Amino acid sequence: MIPSSVYLDAATAAPLHPVARQALLAALDDGWADPDRLYTSARRARQLLDAAREAAAQTLGVRPDELSFTSSGTTAAHSAVLGGLRGRRRAGAVLVHSAIEHSAVLHAAQQHTAGGGTAVEVPVDRLGRLDLDAWSTAVTGSGVALAALIAASHEVGTVQPVEAAAAVCADAGVPLYVDAAQMVGRMPVPPGWSVLTASARKWGGPPGVGLLVVRKGTRWESPWPADERESGRTPGTVNLPAVVAAAASLRAAAADAAAEAARLTPLVDRIRSRVAAEVPDVEVVGDPERRLPHLVTFSCLYVDGEALLHALDRRGFAVSSGSSCTSSTLRPSHVLEAMGVLSHGNVRVSLHAGSTEADVERFLAELPGIVADLRAEAGVVGL
Amino acid sequence: MTAEPDEVLDCLGQRCPLPVIALARRLPALPVGAVLRVLADDPAAAVDIPAWCRMRDQEFLGTSGTAHHVRRRQ
Ligand SMILES: Cc1ncc(COP(=O)(O)O)c(C=O)c1O
Repeated sequence: MIPSSVYLDAATAAPLHPVARQALLAALDDGWADPDRLYTSARRARQLLDAAREAAAQTLGVRPDELSFTSSGTTAAHSAVLGGLRGRRRAGAVLVHSAIEHSAVLHAAQQHTAGGGTAVEVPVDRLGRLDLDAWSTAVTGSGVALAALIAASHEVGTVQPVEAAAAVCADAGVPLYVDAAQMVGRMPVPPGWSVLTASARKWGGPPGVGLLVVRKGTRWESPWPADERESGRTPGTVNLPAVVAAAASLRAAAADAAAEAARLTPLVDRIRSRVAAEVPDVEVVGDPERRLPHLVTFSCLYVDGEALLHALDRRGFAVSSGSSCTSSTLRPSHVLEAMGVLSHGNVRVSLHAGSTEADVERFLAELPGIVADLRAEAGVVGL
Repeated sequence: MTAEPDEVLDCLGQRCPLPVIALARRLPALPVGAVLRVLADDPAAAVDIPAWCRMRDQEFLGTSGTAHHVRRRQ
């Protein structure tokens, strides 16, 4: 019998929210024209784009002219980092960032250093929490143009001390960029940032839509060739139907966020405690308290991460992993490395609106046997 | 940086978790206080060998290049 499938990788992409599907279908019919043209169908597209921007801005509590749509969370992060550095190049060429940023931020940082700039990485502790003293030292150093902090870890779920980090930045006169991809649509983002990015597919919007918010008064300059669309912040035609769906589903997800968090937090607690109790030699990682409501990560000693992913997939479970054997670069996750926790046999489970208690129970019932079988095959039982 | 090891375990070319498994097999066979050098070039070994020492209450002495040093504590 083929097991029914249980999707547990919402942190990569949540299944499309019903509101997103509805809005997408309607906008495919109604929003295909170019919003910048001057005929009737174009004006209709312009109205849809303006309404989407207003809805998204309202949900985030920002002004519509501060918000631009991008072609992904990755592009938004690139713009945030490179544009933030460019806008402040007279202040210096130092980028401060945590050691657990998303690869999109790290890749932008690499481009910055390849061009002669400097990047200062701030460590985290074993639970994946930013070292605030080290952050303070780094941000108050000379020549700092921008500081970047992920709002909550996409790999281990630990929520970062954004407000405290922002206070340090404000005192030093350094703008703070917050990558809130895992937080937007799930919990309120703390205040104090100057630039923020998010990704629609994380809250049930379609893939290929990102948000870039640049607060008024922030020195930010587009790193791209000139283009007047999206207030000059993101070049290229926006995918309007997808943008409309993203904004509609963001509003729906944010309206349900508190109830969803109250439903998912105890399910994640259950996974944390049952995995620790019922799978021998497992390390459940990340902050057990200050964490995202929907995400949990653990590592199984002596187990090959890729083999574990495939074994889970054969039983119908879709999860992701930070183990080196599952990455194209064959390097372990830099997040697990920065935390100093076991990187092999790693599994990240992330829940969404369609995840049920029965799904979680089935996962918890099957996981110990799957891990035990893999250990038996590898001959590592009793080590 | 580290004293001469009592034994060397060559895990070069092996992918994680194999070097950690080799370490877990070998270390308990050495006397308490003995130092094992694990040669492993998989980047994950630099993360996972110290993590294993923490989980198993063994002493991680440090890494230089692809050489990871562990002392049997118990
Ligand atoms: C924290 C974080 N930032 C950025 C991104 C990139 O977003 P996207 O997948 O839309 O490019 C992701 C998702 O992969 C993420 O989790």
